[in-house]
Amino acid sequence: MQEALVLARAQFGLNIAFHILFPAISIGLAWILVYFRARYERTGERTWLEPYRLWTKIFALTFAMGVVTGITMSFQFGTNWPGFMNKVGNVAGPLLGYEVLTAFFLEATFLGVMLFGMNRVPGWLHLISTVLVAVGTTLSAFWILALNSWMHTPAGHAHADGQLVAADWLQVIFNPSFPYRMTHMLLASGLTACFFLAGLSAWRLLKAPGDASALRTLRTGVVVAAVLAPTQALVGDLHGLNTLEHQPAKLAAIEALWETERGAPLVLFAVPNQLERRNDYAIEIPKAASLILGHDLDAEIKGLNEFAPDIPPVTPVFFSFRVMVGTGLLMIGVAWFGSWCLRGGALPPRWLLRTFAGFTFLGWIATLAGWMVTEIGRQPWLVTGVLRTADAVGPASGAHLGSSLTAYIITYALMLVAYLVVLTHLAGKGGAPQADAKAVAWQGSAA
Amino acid sequence: MTIELPLVFAVLMGIAILAYVVLDGYDLGVGMLMLAADEREQSTMVASIGPFWDANETWLVLGIGLLLVAFPSAHGIVLGALYVPVFVMLIGLMLRGVAFEFRVKAEGWHRGLWNWLFWLGSFVASLAQGLMLGHYITGFEPGFGYFLFALAVAGGLCGGYVLLGATWLILKSDGELQRKAVAWTRWGLLWIAAGIALVSIATPIASATVRNRWFDFPHTFAAMLLPLASAAVWLWLWCLTAQLKHGRRVAEWAPFAGAVAIFTLAFAGLAYSLFPYLVIDRMTIWEAAAHPTALAVVLVGALIVLPAIAGYTVFSYRVFRGKAPAKLYD
Repeated sequence: MQEALVLARAQFGLNIAFHILFPAISIGLAWILVYFRARYERTGERTWLEPYRLWTKIFALTFAMGVVTGITMSFQFGTNWPGFMNKVGNVAGPLLGYEVLTAFFLEATFLGVMLFGMNRVPGWLHLISTVLVAVGTTLSAFWILALNSWMHTPAGHAHADGQLVAADWLQVIFNPSFPYRMTHMLLASGLTACFFLAGLSAWRLLKAPGDASALRTLRTGVVVAAVLAPTQALVGDLHGLNTLEHQPAKLAAIEALWETERGAPLVLFAVPNQLERRNDYAIEIPKAASLILGHDLDAEIKGLNEFAPDIPPVTPVFFSFRVMVGTGLLMIGVAWFGSWCLRGGALPPRWLLRTFAGFTFLGWIATLAGWMVTEIGRQPWLVTGVLRTADAVGPASGAHLGSSLTAYIITYALMLVAYLVVLTHLAGKGGAPQADAKAVAWQGSAA
Repeated sequence: MTIELPLVFAVLMGIAILAYVVLDGYDLGVGMLMLAADEREQSTMVASIGPFWDANETWLVLGIGLLLVAFPSAHGIVLGALYVPVFVMLIGLMLRGVAFEFRVKAEGWHRGLWNWLFWLGSFVASLAQGLMLGHYITGFEPGFGYFLFALAVAGGLCGGYVLLGATWLILKSDGELQRKAVAWTRWGLLWIAAGIALVSIATPIASATVRNRWFDFPHTFAAMLLPLASAAVWLWLWCLTAQLKHGRRVAEWAPFAGAVAIFTLAFAGLAYSLFPYLVIDRMTIWEAAAHPTALAVVLVGALIVLPAIAGYTVFSYRVFRGKAPAKLYD
């Protein structure tokens, strides 16, 4: 049973981690495409059309990866966690149902129009289709985060016959952590998309310095990131205070604070030792945690001792939080410095382009680290205070789970490699369609 | 008046699953026919399903979503029992979903590889769905005999998808590809006839419940209308494609409509055989239903949103009406 639990968690964890990579790009990228499409509609300039066409293809690719891995998740609820639906299905089910009804069909249908309908519908209708795809991806995030936040900070529910039912849907959806989580995730996606856009554009510029469209998309990515990155730091801080209020055990794990303390230090680095309940090799700023979280040098911060034995594994939460914050600070630095270098519209130096190209997937690191903080930090609960992860696991045998986990790993690895290969191929080709180049050559030879 | 919520949701779920089978069925069918076409034709075939496949697959998510929302306890039983074929189907759907996007952007042998993976993914996903259906009909009984039965159902479903795909191509293509599609349609017709016959003989042997249901006189006479109607549509399609084969003009949407009719009739037969069970002999739709508050809140949303979905689905099919272009991205 223990083995099956570990394997089921590994499988679902792998799936959700692989899945989140693609929505993390596509939610933000969808709105960037709206911007490109609207600019083209107003100006009629090729340097807006070319990036639009190129990036819709990249969007389609990313979206397809998100769709197929998302379908897998919807089935794994049943195959791996039947206890989840049995216990909280009356609350979770409708939220997932609304996601399919309001978001999935919208984005999938208008994606077809957006990708292939440019010459079949009027420009304004095509612009609206692009907007609807973006609305769909955001709505999808809305419902999923409503459910996810509810699992962290459940509200608005009642107990009936061993199951949970919703007593107040508005309280369920707008549960205490939802506004923070939603904003934090949307900004994360915006940042991931910006660095992705800037990185691939920089890569293109390294190969073809004269590509005006690529320079434009590079600037768009860097400038928008420069605005979003500090905003994210602010929202992240508010989210942290929300966690302190509603999930103090998770916060204690983030801070690796073993005992309740007044004037708690901020642990910059340490190796948490869960067996002996202390931090090895700690580097600390005295009283800083109390100051940041309690706005008082001697504020009391609850330690993990208050919540034992229901405490999350401290080490992964502690480290992924530091990776997330570190990556976030790096993003602020890179985006601000890059914006300053890119002012005036001149071609940036090659070392700067290489830097951006190197940071193409920086958003993935931050997003994955953030998800690990929040999801591992919720353990051992699946729904805080309501349902333990161990009580939701299904009857699938360790052998089934093990072999399918292996197959998932192989499939995902192949898909990721293929995705990156096609991505670099597309980005390397740039926005100008190849067919155009051939057509020009052909006309030239005829004349 | 009380609304029979579990019944309403059983009907809604049935509609979603039928919509999925018909819609994703034609694009899975086109995928399975990929290897029978040459490179130019393959591009047209993919272009004919390009704007639609994603929305088509969403019906699967809706069907499974409704099972999860409306019948949470059956959800766990069904998906738990089908762990292996579900997993195989997911791998297949993933392969074809990404191959679809990747093949357009690849060149040379890469494209050949993705075409092959697209075929493989479509075939594996269809086969797995058939296995799921076969196991489902027999109430997930273990044993080699039941596995063989499920395999027969899977073969039949693949044939049905090929039929849908081929008739879709008659509608969306012309010239040599359309002539090929006519031939594929006739193969599909023979295949599905054999499949339905085999399954119709084996099902009452495999399941006592179905046997009693079918041979419950005088209801049998009413139930006989379904296979009779199927046979009539089948004959009509056979004659229609014979005319197409000889170059006579017929309405090009007619073969596809006929294939959809056969699926709908087969689905109605299945529903007749199983009702009111959600898990045969074990759990009725009333036993499996979720709490009325959860059902009501989803029903309100569904009644508002489903007409909108129908509206923009029709819009999308209108935008992309007519013959498929030779290339997906122009």
